[in-house]
Amino acid sequence: MYVRLAALVAACVTTILASTVFAAAPIKIGGLFAVTGPAAFLGEPERNTAKMVIDEINKAGGVKGRKLELVAYDTAGDATKAVQLATKLIKDDKVVAIVGPSTTGESMAVIPIVEKEQIPLVALAAGSKITDPVKKWVFKTAQNDALAVGRIYEQLQKQKLAKVAILTVSDGFGSSGREQLKAQAAKYGITLVSDDTYGPKDTDMTAQLTKIRGSQAQALIVWGTNPGPAVIAKNARQLGLKLPLYMSHGVSSKKFIELAGDAAEGIRIPSGKVIVADLLPASDPQRKSLMAFVKDYQNHHKAEGDHFGGHAWDAVMLVKGAVERGAETPAAIRDQLEKTKGFSGIGGTFTYSSQDHAGLGKDAFVLVEIKNKDWVIVK
Amino acid sequence: MQFDQLLQYAVSGLSTGAIYALIGIGFSIIYNATGIINFAQGEFVMLGGLFTLTFLDLLKLPVWAAVPCAVAASTLAGLVFERLAIRPLRQPTPINLVIITIGGSILIRGLAMLFWGKDTHSIPSFSGDDPIAIGGATILPQHLWILGITMVIVAANRFYFYHTISGKAMRACSYNPRAAGLVGIDVRRMVLFSFVISSAMGAVAGIIVAPLTMTAYDVGIMLGLKGFCAAIIGGMSSGIATVVGGLILGVLESLGAGLVSSGYKDAIAFIILLLLLFLRPQGLFGKRESERV
Repeated sequence: MYVRLAALVAACVTTILASTVFAAAPIKIGGLFAVTGPAAFLGEPERNTAKMVIDEINKAGGVKGRKLELVAYDTAGDATKAVQLATKLIKDDKVVAIVGPSTTGESMAVIPIVEKEQIPLVALAAGSKITDPVKKWVFKTAQNDALAVGRIYEQLQKQKLAKVAILTVSDGFGSSGREQLKAQAAKYGITLVSDDTYGPKDTDMTAQLTKIRGSQAQALIVWGTNPGPAVIAKNARQLGLKLPLYMSHGVSSKKFIELAGDAAEGIRIPSGKVIVADLLPASDPQRKSLMAFVKDYQNHHKAEGDHFGGHAWDAVMLVKGAVERGAETPAAIRDQLEKTKGFSGIGGTFTYSSQDHAGLGKDAFVLVEIKNKDWVIVK
Repeated sequence: MQFDQLLQYAVSGLSTGAIYALIGIGFSIIYNATGIINFAQGEFVMLGGLFTLTFLDLLKLPVWAAVPCAVAASTLAGLVFERLAIRPLRQPTPINLVIITIGGSILIRGLAMLFWGKDTHSIPSFSGDDPIAIGGATILPQHLWILGITMVIVAANRFYFYHTISGKAMRACSYNPRAAGLVGIDVRRMVLFSFVISSAMGAVAGIIVAPLTMTAYDVGIMLGLKGFCAAIIGGMSSGIATVVGGLILGVLESLGAGLVSSGYKDAIAFIILLLLLFLRPQGLFGKRESERV
């Protein structure tokens, strides 16, 4: 009997001690990044950025006196692994929020877990289905394809180019873009006169371009990620294609200019503002965040900060904002995330609401043109 | 449908087809000397392109020096591959060998990914990017390089296999390795030699296409399969039949993408491959087993 009582007392004391320790303990944020595998180009800058931002926050004294701690795992771009690691973050590491995963596939796989366990998730992937329909515990920071399509169509409408050819890559990114291009065309008075695709590993697209040259098209929109669009740019130059050439935000990086060389000149791309941070007018609300991020990333990693790192920057800062407004439990963080208004980050200016967990408007994209191997903002 | 358009499809198809042909010949040389289908052939195409990049960027060599160096480096890789993976095999049944080449290709690709990273790289064209007009169609100077080099290689092959002792010996090994051994031909040396020749050819193919298609650690898979397809159409001949096979494949792909639907471009190649394997396994031009050279 006494033994039992003693054990009980001991247990109580440890619990009390543990909870006092817990109160001073850092706030744990989980991270799921595809650092290796096919999506490593997303996961690596994302993890680097998340680490960097949290270090900076802690160096500046943390949030309301409490430090943040990042528990980051590598999902290798694998949905099954992402699910296991999400469970581990929630059950073992007891995180209050999760940043990631990097790809749409992984995000969709993780959603049922966070919904069930009631942990807020800020996904870094772009697929619009992540937050459409709205899920209570799921937010995202990457811009929807729909916004990029809208930005291009707006410009075409302004220039009265109504007949458009599209050439999309036959993978997830391309087919999602193709859907959006087809769905929004009518709204801007645009007719698609030619709808072609190419394989992600194709090495010659002159056949498709020859067909497009023979059509009525007044402009060509190419939707894909490197290297396909660079091959298309070269092929278009070879064929002497005179159409204005638009490409997706999938190639808004210096790598594309490097691959396509002279053939990249004059191509227009809807892009997040990171790559043109120094060209933005001082009045742009995102300018301060952008400059801070680009400079920081340069200092830490000797490379230019990109869009993908930016998604992680936004996600961490959004969670930090929620904690700053007094939220400590997962449920309170979720509620505060939803109340985020006019937060100017890297991907755009976020305003979440109970109907919108993507939070961005068309102003998240600027239209840039490639001139002399560099970007110029199209007015 | 205008004539200009058709002409462009044909010209594009021929220049892509020449690449397939060059890779296809690499397949058939090894097949003829050893009876193995070397599925690592595509990886030598990749190595050629990436080694060129290294010699150009890291060592700052001019193009004319970087290309031979890259061919030499890839050939060395082919030689090491034969020595370490093919030769030590105790029971060289065809199925074992084929599986080893597949494993080898995965290994080579993995090493290339570690060494060169996952990015795509571009290599400058040999002589500028200004298009040349042929009637209503246009091609790039690089396409002429591809066609020219393919022709030179095919001619050199022909000469080697029919007019040199070593080439004749290699043909003898393909007909009957045991008999070839009995008349004093070192069969193992011939096998090694076939790997050397075909990896060098694969590397050349990889180098001359890289300025057009760019290169990355994983370009070998698709190019290898297309080259294999060309070799099957040509009935695994190491001469003109495979070249014609490659050109047919290239033109059909290009016409298919232009006239039917671009979504079916790769399907066209593989449907041809399957049909031929079912209906004419000896190739489009082959007659009897013994005529395969």
